[in-house]
This record gives sequence, structure tokens and C-alpha cells, in this order.
Amino acid sequence: MNASRRSERRLGWLLCAPAVAALLLVTAYPILYAGWLSLFRYDLRFPGERVFIGLENYASILSSEVWWRALGNTLIITVGSVAVELLLGFALALFMHRTLVARRAVRATLLIPYAIITVVAALAWKFAFDPVTGFVNGLLGLDTAWLTQRWTAFFVIIFTEIWKTTPFMALLLLAGLTLVPTDVLQAARVDGAGAWRRLFGITLPLMKSTLMVALLFRSLDAFRIFDTVYVQTRGAQHTGTVSILGYNTLITRLNLGLGSAVAVLIFLCVLLIALLIIRGFGAPLFARREQP
Amino acid sequence: MLYALTPVAWILSLSLKRAADLGDRRFLPRSLSLEHYRAIIADAQFPAALWNSIGIAAIATLLSVTLGMLAAYAIVRLDFPGRRWILAGALATAMFPPVAIVGPLFNLWRTLGLFDTWPGLILPYMTFTLPLAIWVLSAYFREIPWELDKAARIDGATPFQAFIRIIVPLAAPGVFTAAILVFIFAWNDFLFAAALTSTDRARTVPAAIAFFTGSSRFELPTQAIAAASVVVTVPVMAVVLVFQRRIIAGLTAGAVKG
Repeated sequence: MNASRRSERRLGWLLCAPAVAALLLVTAYPILYAGWLSLFRYDLRFPGERVFIGLENYASILSSEVWWRALGNTLIITVGSVAVELLLGFALALFMHRTLVARRAVRATLLIPYAIITVVAALAWKFAFDPVTGFVNGLLGLDTAWLTQRWTAFFVIIFTEIWKTTPFMALLLLAGLTLVPTDVLQAARVDGAGAWRRLFGITLPLMKSTLMVALLFRSLDAFRIFDTVYVQTRGAQHTGTVSILGYNTLITRLNLGLGSAVAVLIFLCVLLIALLIIRGFGAPLFARREQP
Repeated sequence: MLYALTPVAWILSLSLKRAADLGDRRFLPRSLSLEHYRAIIADAQFPAALWNSIGIAAIATLLSVTLGMLAAYAIVRLDFPGRRWILAGALATAMFPPVAIVGPLFNLWRTLGLFDTWPGLILPYMTFTLPLAIWVLSAYFREIPWELDKAARIDGATPFQAFIRIIVPLAAPGVFTAAILVFIFAWNDFLFAAALTSTDRARTVPAAIAFFTGSSRFELPTQAIAAASVVVTVPVMAVVLVFQRRIIAGLTAGAVKG
């Protein structure tokens, strides 16, 4: 290896070092620290009583109804919102791909939900569904207190999530659609394949990796849901998610040991979901991404 | 159009309704009033939160984009072992659940005296946006005509000089895009802001709005919240609409082109 290659190598590491250091310091180190804390009985209200208890925190979480309900709620919200977003987002993407007329305007409006702070969006919909100040009941001729019952509260939460993130889904899928070669679609049309055949036979298989990336990003994002639920119900009416549970245990009740165990479990869930989606699609994610 | 604009129009309408009309269940206000805007500006909480939000998001953006730029340049341009690992690691971090580190950070920040301070929020924002910055910037850097860079190096410039003089001006649009996306992330965050701050010293707008308490303990100050929401939403929305092309390119660059 000559001197210039060696110096290039050194420069490469030097330039990446600050970013890597920051990533390790603020994500890797805390999660390891959380793993360590989760092995203790450690409550900040009684800081003197820090006792090593092994996996006892995990045992008490996994045997508690609260954790499983929170996990169930999170999955309901994740599956509910991602499924609708995928369909709606794909329809929007197809629409934007076809029309050339209003494309700019449609794309501009799609970015509006993205530009709004999640807390603000959640509050806007909360006030809209509110029986006293809202307009939804007036519009539908109903008299429902949406956020005080479990399933209607889920509806409002999922609705807000869908409103906020479908545009992102649509834009990702649109980017994938433009990669599908038009000559293949033309050839299929000449051969007499109908619109649905072309969609399921050509477009969707060719978009496999885009679909996977979109699904992966949105599922993991939805699984972490915190802002919307916190603002709309604070987890009341049994709508709390795992993030709410983690936050409450750690920050509200200051139980660092138990809370850290919840944090580690959430981390493992995210890892599991990511692996399931990647394996389910069987697409070589990293290989694809690194080829420029 | 209707889909995207309904809540925006709704919150605007709420903020402009007179307090007496709040319960009229109508979408549009009967008569306009700026009383709630005057109220939030006179309130001590909101201007402080706005200043915190702007300052924290701006500094976090500057740091994140600077570090991301250095790393992305190295990943695209230099041949060194481990660069793929950095990209993959960045991607993995992007999927990291923030709630998993809120507790340890809370504990650490209290020990280090960073709790409820600007750096206490800037650090996590900078880190959580680094993957985004690195991905967007490396996607842009791949498109740059690198011959210019080579030419500069043949003329005797060091790789570092070539970076500053030639690449930075060419990469400016990409850098700008990354900056907007990072800024929006930091501007939007609620979890860290709620967990790592406790007073007006560092509390940002999303947390301030969520914890906003009016004069009466039993009544949510709906319209003050609405007015505050409009104030923080409109500027960001304007920026996003002006630069929509770039933002869309940036949002999808990492995911599809990459």
C-alpha cells in the first residue's frame, strides 16, 4: 500500500469519526447502560436502595397484564395505520404517476401534513373530534365522546397517524413507481394484459424493494408511536402503547430499573419486527443500498 | 387538497374564533378575533418555548449537517475499510426507538448537569438526525462531477482543500435539503423534549403546547393552543412549500435511490 492510499484511508476514518462517535455515544452507550440498569431494583425516589436482582424486572414485566396490553395496543395501531397507509399511499402514488396536470399541486399539498408538528396535528384532530368544541360530531350528526371509549379512541389515533404519514408513504412509493420501466408495461399492454394484470404481474413485483423499505420504515415508526397517543388520551381507556408505558415508568414514576427493562424489551421488539419484514420480503436490503 | 388542509384550516379557525363561540360546533368562525394571539404573546411560556425551539433546532441542524457532510464525503469519495458498516449502522440507528434511551439519558443528563439545558436536547437531536443527514448527503454527493475535485488535487490542493473549495459549493443544494429535513425533525420532536426538560429554560414548542395550562385548571385552553399551533406551523409550512421539490427528493433519496 502506497503512502497516498494510506493517507486516504486515514482521512476517511478521520472524517467519519465525529459522526460515528456521536452515534455510539448517544445511542449505543445508552442502550447498553439501559441493559445494565435493567438488572437492578433502582428507583430514583429511593436512590439509596440499588440492588442487583438479575432478570427479575423482566420476569415481572413479562408476567404483567399491563405490558401485554400495551404491546397489543401498539400492534393494533401499527397494523391498522400501516395497512391503510399502504393502500391509500399506493393509490395516491399511482394517481400522481398517471396525471401530469395537477401533479405539482398534489405534491405540494401532500407535504403539508409532513410540515406540521405531530403534537399540533394530534391536538387539531383531538379538538375536531371533541364533543363540545369539535365539528366532526356536528358534521356527522352524532353525539359521540370519541376519546372516552377505547375503540373510538383507537379510531381517532389511527386516523391521525394515517393523515400525518400517508403522504410520506405515497412519495416513497411514487419514487419506486418511476423506476418501473415503461416499455415493459407497454409490451404487456400490447400482449393484451389488463390493467390489474399489469399491476400485479409487473409493477408490484418490480417494486418489491421499495415496498419493503416503505413498510419497514413506517412499521417501525408506527411501533414507536408516542406523541399522538400522549396528546390525545395519555394512554387512558386502555389505549397506552409500549412507548407510553416506557415513558411513564421511567420519567413519571422514576423507576429506572423497571423502565430500563421496558426500554430493552421495546428495542428487542423493534429488532424482531425489522428482521421479520426483511426476511419476509427476502430482498437483500443492504446489498441493494450500497450499489450506487 | 381538502385532505391536507382540513386540520390546518380548522386550527386556524379555532384560533380566530371568539371565546364565546368556542362551543358552537361550526367549522368556520362567526366573527374573527385576535385575542388569543395577543394572549400567547403576553404569556411568559410561549415566547420562551419558541426561542428554545428555534435555537435548539438550529444548532442541532448545524452540527448534524456538518458531521454528516464530513462522513458522507468520506463514504462516497474515499476508499477505506468499514465505510459500508458506517452506512448500515446509520440506517440501523434511524430505526432505533428513542424511548429506549430516554431513561438512561435522563439519568446521565442529571448526573452531568445537562438536564433541562439546551445541550441536553441538542445532543440527542443531532445524533438522531445524523443517519438522515448522512444518507441524504451521500445520495447527493454521488451526483457531483468529481473530475473537478481531481483536477484541483492535481493542481496541488490537498484532499481537504478540494473538499472545501470545490465540493462544498457544488453540494450546497444537497446540504440545504438535508438541513431542512433535519430542522423539521428537531422542530417536531416531543419525546425528548418532554422527558429531558422541565422548565422554560429549555422546553421546546411541542412540549410547551402539550403541557400548556391555562388560567383555569379544569379547562384546556383550546384556543390559546390553537393560536400557538398556527404560529409554529405557518413558517415551517411556507419553507416546505417553497422548497418542495428538494424536500421530496431528499425524503426519498435515501430510501430508493441509495
